[in-house]
Amino acid sequence: MTTQHTAAQQSTGAEPATSAQAAAESGLQEAAAQAIASSQPAASGPAASGAASPRTGIQQLPMSKAINLGLHRAMADDDRVLMMGEDIGTLGGVFRVTEGLKRDFGGKRVLDTPLAESGIVGTAIGLAMRGYRPVCEIQFDGFVFPGFDQITSQLAKLTYRHGGAQSFPIVIRIPYGGHIGAVEHHQESPEAYFAHTAGLRVVSPATPNEAYWMIQDAIASDDPVVFMEPKSRYWQKAPVDFDERSAPMHRSQVVREGADATLVGHGAMVSMMLQAAEIAEQEGTSLEVVDLRSLSPIDYAPLLESVRKTGRLIVCQEAPGNVSVGSEVAATIAEQAFYSLEAPVLRVSGFDTPFPPAKLESLYLPDADRILEAVDRALAY
Amino acid sequence: MPYTEATIRLLSPEGKPVETADNERFRQVIDTLSEERLQDFHRHMVAIRAFDVEAANLQRQGQMALWVPSMGQEAAQVGSAFAARPQDHIFPSYREHVVARIRGVDIMRIIEMMRGLSHGGWDPADHGNFHLYTLVIGSQALHATGYAMGIGLDGACGTGDPERDVAVLVYFGDGATSQGDVSEALVFAASYQTPQVFFVQNNQWAISVPVSTQSRVPLYRRGDGFGIPGTQVDGNDVLAAYAVSLLALDEARNGDGPRLIEAVTYRVGAHTTSDDPTKYRTADEHNTWLARDPIQRYEAFLRDRGASDAYFEEVRSEAADLAADTRRRTLALGTPKLDAIFDHVYSEPHSGLEAQRAWLKQYEAQMEAGA
Ligand SMILES: Cc1ncc(C[n+]2csc(CCOP(=O)(O)OP(=O)(O)O)c2C)c(N)n1
Ligand SMILES: [Mg+2]
Repeated sequence: MTTQHTAAQQSTGAEPATSAQAAAESGLQEAAAQAIASSQPAASGPAASGAASPRTGIQQLPMSKAINLGLHRAMADDDRVLMMGEDIGTLGGVFRVTEGLKRDFGGKRVLDTPLAESGIVGTAIGLAMRGYRPVCEIQFDGFVFPGFDQITSQLAKLTYRHGGAQSFPIVIRIPYGGHIGAVEHHQESPEAYFAHTAGLRVVSPATPNEAYWMIQDAIASDDPVVFMEPKSRYWQKAPVDFDERSAPMHRSQVVREGADATLVGHGAMVSMMLQAAEIAEQEGTSLEVVDLRSLSPIDYAPLLESVRKTGRLIVCQEAPGNVSVGSEVAATIAEQAFYSLEAPVLRVSGFDTPFPPAKLESLYLPDADRILEAVDRALAY
Repeated sequence: MPYTEATIRLLSPEGKPVETADNERFRQVIDTLSEERLQDFHRHMVAIRAFDVEAANLQRQGQMALWVPSMGQEAAQVGSAFAARPQDHIFPSYREHVVARIRGVDIMRIIEMMRGLSHGGWDPADHGNFHLYTLVIGSQALHATGYAMGIGLDGACGTGDPERDVAVLVYFGDGATSQGDVSEALVFAASYQTPQVFFVQNNQWAISVPVSTQSRVPLYRRGDGFGIPGTQVDGNDVLAAYAVSLLALDEARNGDGPRLIEAVTYRVGAHTTSDDPTKYRTADEHNTWLARDPIQRYEAFLRDRGASDAYFEEVRSEAADLAADTRRRTLALGTPKLDAIFDHVYSEPHSGLEAQRAWLKQYEAQMEAGA
């Protein structure tokens, strides 16, 4: 296995054309057979083991790097973990989230695929049937839709259709959301489609530390996980604790305590809500902030506890509000905490329009002011 | 070597005429061209390169979120664009700036898109039947095919009148050929024998992924299994690109069914201004292609035909004017009106959206009053 890795690395390093070729020629099947037959982790080549020695302590890192290290660790821990996607190998992904993985694990485990999202997800399903644990990168949110059928009609339903006889441990990583001033199809928040689809787990980290641990949880899950990466948060550094696991990926958590109202959201919206809470504090209003982290399933317990304390809830999201994750949260809280509420649950969302041209995004995307305006309305009840 | 024995070429990389038995019918097309038309090819290639360089500068200076360079692909684009007749419909991907210009679209519209002011916003009917850019790879192939099916249903091709018969020309890249949408478009086109030309610009790369990952056989043969005849052309030879496109479009317009063209070319610049090609391709490769530059090749050809220094100077100064004009107009671009985000989401009024428009208006007024 060691020599195979080296061979794959050499051929793919010298000639970028051959990553798919190497995968085909050197025999994924053979690798699979070995991986399944052997209890020994196969990723024990010098490069793999050297780079895989887990980091320790606490380091300041951007989220892109934290996910990169989480992927690295998952690949080192389990040789059935594969990376698939467009430009993820030689280039290391357009956001560099997979940087160095091809170097360390070879072109057989880090596949620069042909340009086809349906192809990526559909073949990941076949690879999962063969015992692999593929992690698929979708280059940008707006490009997941050519793969939508494979994700929603196939991947989401296959465990059910097999009566549980097979599981599909596939992670679909999607950089999503706005605030980066990009052109059309590069700033969308499509999480509701996936949360709406039974059979998919959907999570979204808000910080580098959460991202580092949650990506490993997602890969370890035997179910398909849609892993939504808030791309506007890729670059800001924050501490990553390599020794202490964060809460499991499906837990929501209070990230700031307060008394007057609760803000809840996920992904990039968490830092926006914290910013709003900071401003509110200066104005004498105490806001509690809950990071949802998981969009399917949703962990309501911490949120219910918070709302029972504050009596007011403002749900915040970049996605359009109509039939959104925020709608579901609002409905559930109204159902389960009705007698604790002192104001209607309010939603602050993107408008129900296509994502506009970037010069208008600051108007489209909820900012701290929009959140605080809703807080004022809730407090006025 | 991306070229094959089947590659149609009329000019050598040094700009010398190439005469073979295989290219004879294409040479005949070129023989009909006026000197003025031959110069038009050149003027457009030089102008768009100057525009392209200036647009990339403007992007670096923060005037645009992104620029998508077309450098190196001028001959493939200019040749094919001039081959289309005014009544034809063009479905671009996102790198065909000069095709837009040739069809009469103000190329500021493309700057506006990359600046984040619009998603396109022009009506193809008033803009040379040049449809909107499509950023989702390969999708436009199906739209083009559907449009061509409509032409067939209307009996607007194959009447034998080349002034009235309509064809469709759709552009996409080597990477796009892997998308299901493109294969499905080929199936539909063959099935309905649509009047259309699939024009693949094989610029060797889909961002960092080489064409060898997308196809093990030359892309001009991609149509074979679908029953769509394909031709490979040297995409850095504007005369060959023109002649091959012209004959394919004539056949399509004439009701002979769809055609596929692979233009072998090279993306000399980065994929976009966000990309760093040194991460995945070699300087050697880059230099090899610089030596095949389409503009130098064509200039050598024009010079041999007697084009004067004064002519070249005039073309260069026109191009410099376009670049300067582009800079001036970019710096003068305003901001969009605020509630434009709600405009044209639907053709007919939508109650939910109108409520949000009203809410935003009131919110903005309130913020202004508070500020
Ligand atoms: C469906 C979809 N997936 C991914 C992308 C991201 N992307 C933009 S351009 C590109 C490569 C396209 O290559 P090619 O078709 O060869 O065209 P070129 O850019 O070389 O002109 C990719 C992967 C996209 N725009 N759409
Ligand atoms: Mg290409």
